Amino acid sequence: MRLAVASIPAHNVAMALDKPYADVPGTTIFDAELARKGYHLNMFCSSLMKAPNRERFRAGERAYLDEWPMTEQQKEAVLARDYNAMIALGGNIYFLAKLFSTDGQSFQHAASLMTGMTPEAYVEMMVKGGRSPEGNRYIGEKK
Amino acid sequence: MARITAGVATSHVPAIGAAIDNGKTRDPYWLPMFKGFEFSKHWIAAAKPDVVVLVYNDHASAFTLEMIPTFAIGCAERFAPADEGWGPRPVPVVEGHPEFAAHIAQSVIQQDFDLTIINKMDVDHGLTVPLSLMFGQPAAWPCRVIPIAVNVVQYPPPSGNRCYQLGKAIRRAVECYDPDLNVQVWGTGGMSHQIQGPRAGLINKDFDQRFLDRLISAPDALAMMPHIDYIREAGAEGVELVMWFIMRGALDAQVKTVYRFYHVPASSTAVGHLILENAV
Repeated sequence: MRLAVASIPAHNVAMALDKPYADVPGTTIFDAELARKGYHLNMFCSSLMKAPNRERFRAGERAYLDEWPMTEQQKEAVLARDYNAMIALGGNIYFLAKLFSTDGQSFQHAASLMTGMTPEAYVEMMVKGGRSPEGNRYIGEKK
Repeated sequence: MARITAGVATSHVPAIGAAIDNGKTRDPYWLPMFKGFEFSKHWIAAAKPDVVVLVYNDHASAFTLEMIPTFAIGCAERFAPADEGWGPRPVPVVEGHPEFAAHIAQSVIQQDFDLTIINKMDVDHGLTVPLSLMFGQPAAWPCRVIPIAVNVVQYPPPSGNRCYQLGKAIRRAVECYDPDLNVQVWGTGGMSHQIQGPRAGLINKDFDQRFLDRLISAPDALAMMPHIDYIREAGAEGVELVMWFIMRGALDAQVKTVYRFYHVPASSTAVGHLILENAV
């Protein structure tokens, strides 16, 4: 069995997939690899679509998280509401939305947190037309 | 016979639904956007569709990571508004059209589009916000709705061209359904927006305007645009625009632009809106 597995090195399989989105700055594309990594984190978020679960989570976040087979890193990112960390650990924004909705926050508020801007500064940027694509297309691109 | 009389495209931002539900449509922030839909409300009151085939994406509400259909068709009698984490939107239950949906499913699958058939599903803001934008706040939605859910949550979504061809298949399915029904096809989502990570807030007006131009006049070529171009130019979530091709594919090659509207921002999103009819 070990030989059979070794005959298809995982990195070769991964290299066969084209991932041209890896060099887009400040952007994580939720592909099959991340979906696998974040499965339980995202399913925990899904559970918050039910009001009784939201109440139990609010009453004891750590205890509720411990009901899910998530990694310790994922749990700590949730407790800290570190959305960029959750995304890096396989969280998808539409699942994470169930978490910030439970906190009574909007998509706009969550977006401001991820950009490191204050909510007010973020809203102002959007009202002025949003973040320009200029200088934001490729990692390392000159602005 | 059933016939497709028009196509509608519109964004489906959750904050738009919240603004409507909380009576904020006249706030200075929201007023210009809602004004952009006044024409549309009058137009659709006169157009009176019997059925809307409504193309949208579920946002991890009906479909979690347990099941992720690339294309799904809602064949239920009714669809309840989903609880997305803040309670369901206070909007009417969406009435489906099980017989017509079953006909479309059978026809389209026989045309090589392997739709997933959904007989029980809640519908989230992706479907209900476009209804609110077009119909306002009626006690009941004035038409039946056949939801077509497209996966854009886990990469990759279907290609623009695949969506465009599905639109053509849906048109063929509609046109061989006996009952005399006035059918519209709506494509929703987009336009440019990114709601995750440090690049959140990206808006690309030039991309969006060019997309609107080419969707109207050169959809065959535009449908070939690869996903990476949407992601890089229009934000990670801008890729939702592939869903507009299902609407466009259901219309003739030549269309008349009845209405076109564009506004930035609604929350983190550029709002685009089109009403198209066959040129005839």
